[in-house]
Amino acid sequence: MEARTVKEIVAFCQGLFDDLDFTRAREWKAAVPGRKVIGYMPVYVPREIIHAAGMLPLGILGGGADLEVIHGDAYYQSYICRIPRSTVELAVTGRLDFVDGMIFPSICDVIRNLSGIWQILFKDKYVRYFDAPQNFREDVGGVFYSNELREFREGLEKLAGRRITDSEINASIEVYNENRLWVNRVYDFRADFPWKAPSAEVYLLMRAGMVLPPEEHTLLMREYLAAAGAQDRPMRDNCRVVLTGVFCEQPPLNLIKSLEISGCYIVDDDFLLISRWLLEDVPADGDPIENLSRAFLLNSAQTAAKYEADMEVKGRYLIDAIRKRSADGVIFAAPSFCDPALLDQPMMISRLDALKIPYITMQYAENSGQMQPIREQSGTFADSIKLWSSS
Amino acid sequence: MSGREVVKSNSQLVQKEMISRNYDKITDGNHKVSSTFVPGNLNELLMCFDIANNLPEINAIQNAMRKKSGDMITEAERAGHSEDVCTYVKADIGMMAKGNIAPNGKPFPVPDILLLSYTGCFTFMKWFELLREQYQCPTVMLHVPYAADGTPTKNMREYIVRQLKEDVIPALEKVSGIRFDIDRLREYLRKSAAAEDDMVWMLESTKHKPSPIDCYFGGVYYMGPIFTAFRGTDEAIEYYRLLRLEIQERIDKGLCAQTPEGDMPEEKYRLVVEGPPNWTSFRDFWHMFHESGAVVVASSYTKVGGIYDYEGFRHDPDHPLETMADYCLGVYTNRSLPTRVDMLARNIREYEADGLLINSIKSCNSFSAGQLVMMREIERITGKPAAFIETDLVDPRYFSAANVKNRLESYFQMIDQKRRLGGSAAAGM
Repeated sequence: MEARTVKEIVAFCQGLFDDLDFTRAREWKAAVPGRKVIGYMPVYVPREIIHAAGMLPLGILGGGADLEVIHGDAYYQSYICRIPRSTVELAVTGRLDFVDGMIFPSICDVIRNLSGIWQILFKDKYVRYFDAPQNFREDVGGVFYSNELREFREGLEKLAGRRITDSEINASIEVYNENRLWVNRVYDFRADFPWKAPSAEVYLLMRAGMVLPPEEHTLLMREYLAAAGAQDRPMRDNCRVVLTGVFCEQPPLNLIKSLEISGCYIVDDDFLLISRWLLEDVPADGDPIENLSRAFLLNSAQTAAKYEADMEVKGRYLIDAIRKRSADGVIFAAPSFCDPALLDQPMMISRLDALKIPYITMQYAENSGQMQPIREQSGTFADSIKLWSSS
Repeated sequence: MSGREVVKSNSQLVQKEMISRNYDKITDGNHKVSSTFVPGNLNELLMCFDIANNLPEINAIQNAMRKKSGDMITEAERAGHSEDVCTYVKADIGMMAKGNIAPNGKPFPVPDILLLSYTGCFTFMKWFELLREQYQCPTVMLHVPYAADGTPTKNMREYIVRQLKEDVIPALEKVSGIRFDIDRLREYLRKSAAAEDDMVWMLESTKHKPSPIDCYFGGVYYMGPIFTAFRGTDEAIEYYRLLRLEIQERIDKGLCAQTPEGDMPEEKYRLVVEGPPNWTSFRDFWHMFHESGAVVVASSYTKVGGIYDYEGFRHDPDHPLETMADYCLGVYTNRSLPTRVDMLARNIREYEADGLLINSIKSCNSFSAGQLVMMREIERITGKPAAFIETDLVDPRYFSAANVKNRLESYFQMIDQKRRLGGSAAAGM
C-alpha cells in the first residue's frame, strides 16, 4: 500500500476527532462477537489491564466544540466546568451506548462525582472510580495502589467472563511501552522541528490514540513521523512555548491553531497525559501489577491532580519541560471552573517568576468560540518574547 | 434582621466560651499548633501530642459571619487566585494578606504543622499546598480514598492506618517532641463516643413534631464541638449533656424550633436540606425559613465532619487507628452519590419531611457536582417535592436575597399544592 501523505494522515485523524458517535470503536467492537469497550476519562488509568482483557480502552474527553449540549445542562449548574455536562450529553443521547464500562480517575471532585451520576443513570454498566494514591511510598501508597489494581483487574475479569493472566498483562505492557516510545518520538520531533509538526496535527494524532487500538495508533505515529519528516514546510519566526493546564477538559482545536497562527510554537504540553504519564518503560516481565504500581509511584508525570510532598520539587516537571524543549515561555490555559488547574496555577507561576520565565494565563471552555482575543493575547506574548529575549 | 436582639440558649453560651478558649489556646504562643480540615479531622490524635487544633474552614466562616470575608476574597483574587475556585481558600489566603488576625484579635501563629487530611474534597490538597508556600512549615498528608461504591473497603482502611503509623504519627511526634501513647488516644476516643451518643440523640430529636430544634441553621452550632477541636474532651461530653437536657425540655413543653429571634411560633414545613449554608448572610437566610414556618429536620451539612446517624458509627477505643480511619472514610462528601441519595431519602422518610431543598454552593464542587441528579433521584424515590437554590459559602457577591426568597416562596407553595392533592400531610399533624 502506498504511504499516506501528512495531509491524508491528518484528515484520517480529524475524521476520528469529529466523529462523536465513535464509529471506529463501534466497528472494532462489532468485528468480533463478545468484544467489549471500556471508556475512561482523564487523566490516567492503566490501559494495559483493559487491553490485556481483550477490551478496547476508549478515551472520553467530553463533547468538544461542536456538540450541542441540550440535555447536559440539566445535569450541571452553570458554575461547573463543561466536560461532565458534554460527557453526560454523549451518554444520554446514546452515543456511548456501546460502551460497556466507564472508568473515572481521581482527578477532581467533578469527575469523582460523575462516577456517581453514572452509577445512578446507567445501572447496567460497569462503573469504576479509579483511585490512585497521593502517598508515594511503596510500603504505604504502593500497597494500596497494588490492591486497587488487583480489584480493577478482578472487575474487568468479571465483565470479560474470564481470567486476565499475568502474561497477558505483560504483553499489553509491551504494547503500551512501544506506543509511549512513539508518542515521545512525535513530541521530540515537534520540539525539534515545530514548523514540520504543527501542534494541531500532533494533537489530532494523539487524539486518535484515544480511539484506536494502541498497536494501530503506534503504526499511525510511525507513518506520520516518516511523512512529516520528509515534507518541507516553511519555518515561521515563532517563539517556543509550553502549554499547560489542558490535561482534562480539552480546548477547541481552533484554540490550538490560534496559538500557533499568532506566533507561538507549542513545543510541549499536557494534553492527553495518559499517553505520556509513565516516564519510563514498565518492565514487561515479573508481576505486572507490582510493576505498574511502581511505575506510577516512582516514574509518572507530575500534574495538578497529584500531591507533591516536597515543596522544593513542586513545579520541577514544568521547568524541566521548559528547559528540555528550550521553550521561551509558558501559556497557562485552564478550563473555566477547573479546580486542579486553577488552584495549582499560582504555585506554578511563583516558580516561573523566580526564574524570570515569561508566561500568560487564559481560560477556555471546550466550546469557546471567540478566538480573536486569544490570538491577540498570545500574539502580544510572542511579540514581547521576541522583542525582549533577542536583545 | 441583623439589628434584632439574638436569643441564645445556655448551651450556645457554653459553646461560645469553648470556641473562644480554643482561639486563645491557638494564639497564646504556649502551644504547638496544627492546621487541619474539619471533615474527618483527627482531633483526638492531635490531643495526644498537646497540639492545638486550628481549622481554616471555621476561620473562614467566622470571617464571613463578621462580614469580613468579601474583602479577603478580593485580596486573594488580586494576588492571582481565580474567581472560579473555592472561596474558603481565598478567604484564608486573603486573611493572611490582611495580617492573619484570629477572631480574638490576636495574630494567628505560623502553624507548627499542616495536617493535610485529604478527606472528601480535592481542594483541600491544593489549599494546603498553597498555605505551605506561605508558611514554609512541615506538612503531612493523610490521603483518604473515596468510598465510591458506597462502602469503604478493607484496602482503604488499611491504607489510612498505614499512613497514620508511618507518616502522620511520626510527623506529630517530631513536631511536638511527645511520644505517641496509644492508651492516651483510647481514652480520648472513649470520651468521643460518650459525647457522640448524646449528639446523635440531638440529631434524632427532630423526629418529634414540632421539631424542638432546626437541624441545619441550628445544627451547625450543635455540631460545632464534635466536628472541631473538642471531640474527645470532657467539655464536649458536658456540652452535649447540657444540650440534650435543653432539647428534652423543649420537647416536654411542645416548643417549636429555636431561632435567633426566639421560638418559631408554628411549624408549617419540615425540610431536609442538602449542601452547606451561606455564611455571609447566615441570619437573613435562616430568617427566610423561620418566618415562613419552615424548619429543617435533617441536613447533609450536619454530616460533613463525620456521619453518626446512618450506619451507627461511634469512635471505638478498642481499635483506635482503625476507628479513626473509619471516621475519615465515612464523612458525607467522601460517600458516593447513590449513598448520599439514600441517606437523604431516608431522612425524608424517617423525619417525615415535606421535601428536599438543595442549597447549591457555587465554589464547592465536592458538594455541588451532581446535585441536580441527586435531586431528581430523591424526588423519584420519595415522591416529595424538591427545590434548588444557589448561593456561596463565604463570598457575599453570590448571595442574592431576592432570588433565594422567591425560590423558597415558590417551593413552599409547591408543598402546599402537593398537600392539597394529598401527597404530604401538613407538618405537626
